[in-house]
Amino acid sequence: MVPPGNRRSTYSRRALNNIFFGYVAAGAILLGGGGLALASYASPESFGGLRVLASDMVQPVAKLAAQGRAGLGQTFANLQAYATWGPENERLKREVAIGRVKAVELAAAQQENKRLQAMLQLGEVSPKPIAYGWLVASSSGSTRRYATISVGSNQGVQTGMPVRTAMGLIGRVLEVGRISARVLMITDAQSVVPVRRASDGLPAFATGKGDGTLQLRLLTLGINPLKPGDAFVTSGSGGLYWPDTPIAVVSSLTRDGAIARVLGDPAVSETVAVYPAWSPTQDATLPPPAEDVTPPKPAAKAKAQ
Amino acid sequence: MIARKLSRRGAQPLARRISQAPSPFVAYATPWAAVALASIMPCWPLVAMAPVMPPLGFMSLLAWRQVRPGLLPIWAGLPLGLVDDLFSGQPFGCAIFLWTLTLITLEIIEARFPWRNFITDWLVASLFLLAYLAACVGFNQHGVPADIMPPWAYIGVQMGLTVIAYPMVGRVVGWIDRWRLTRFRVVG
Repeated sequence: MVPPGNRRSTYSRRALNNIFFGYVAAGAILLGGGGLALASYASPESFGGLRVLASDMVQPVAKLAAQGRAGLGQTFANLQAYATWGPENERLKREVAIGRVKAVELAAAQQENKRLQAMLQLGEVSPKPIAYGWLVASSSGSTRRYATISVGSNQGVQTGMPVRTAMGLIGRVLEVGRISARVLMITDAQSVVPVRRASDGLPAFATGKGDGTLQLRLLTLGINPLKPGDAFVTSGSGGLYWPDTPIAVVSSLTRDGAIARVLGDPAVSETVAVYPAWSPTQDATLPPPAEDVTPPKPAAKAKAQ
Repeated sequence: MIARKLSRRGAQPLARRISQAPSPFVAYATPWAAVALASIMPCWPLVAMAPVMPPLGFMSLLAWRQVRPGLLPIWAGLPLGLVDDLFSGQPFGCAIFLWTLTLITLEIIEARFPWRNFITDWLVASLFLLAYLAACVGFNQHGVPADIMPPWAYIGVQMGLTVIAYPMVGRVVGWIDRWRLTRFRVVG
């Protein structure tokens, strides 16, 4: 098939001008687009207002899609459960029996913990969520990992707040609209989260790899002490992320750290909670900073001798 | 015979097509709306941990360009790329730049090689799609730590999916194109 050959074979001055100015406009747009891309490298927050305006506009439809997605997933889970209910039931009964005993022990430990905290005059450590929302969309075609949540400044969400599911950390709020917000996920290659090993507090940094895993970098040099299966939680150093939020489990080792699997997989959890950003200096549970010590004066020192 | 042919081609019988015309607004607005919608929708069906979805917006732009050459003007990359930039997660300006570059290059290629069929269209579109995905990865590498490589395994799967899915996008665009020219406006 031949395309219509009427592009240039005309004597109409107007048609020719239209074609010519179309090409001029396309060239200008090419340069302008490249300039915009460079500008958004220089300051990634620019055009954020436009982006959240757009995501606010499609939020109702996106929320509906997310709810449909969750319902569909639930239906599939129910159908799957029909096939495996027998052995599953047996296993769960055994687990419940063990769990009841554990629950009693846990209640006793919690009681003791509360008593000890009261003795030390410590306040409540765990934060209260600011808002609950749906995870409505994600940049599923790009190597950047952004998600959109269905709550915004109307619900009290602000830039920098950590977002988590019941399983673990998802990321932090980057841009806030009125009824939606964009979240930089922890699996993005430009996200860095200070973490520590849950068992002994070994500090590390978790950088996203863009494919659903994290690269853990240890702060200490020497022999790599990590093992597959080690659980990591946020350390809270530097603020922003609350300490002790579960984040990832080591799946394989590298030369200077490990690759870790993310716990709060957004593909399986549709609802998220937004927490206030943590700032260590405002935390009432920490002891007050030590007072400034002035060095003794040389004159006083001489007098003492 | 012509009557039978016509009635087979459209959903409406010939008798109802007489003295009716397609609405100019629908006919001209549909391609723009379809490409913008194709840019927005891939964000919704799943919250992905890795790049897996084909770039539907860019695919439908290519498909419209190949199904109806000359319908979208050469500056269409500005408004359509802007919409894509707002939703795709790429740095702002990436799609405006790459889509306009694509439209200009396609124009040049078409002037050089005017003969087209299904296979060559698919081949040309595949080359553009692969180059586009690779360029998008390149745009995103700015500011990433040097030892974090792009997830090439996933990007490879995404590229394969994109190339395979392109003829289907072309077919859907063909359906929309036929609907766009439905005669539902009564003339006179």
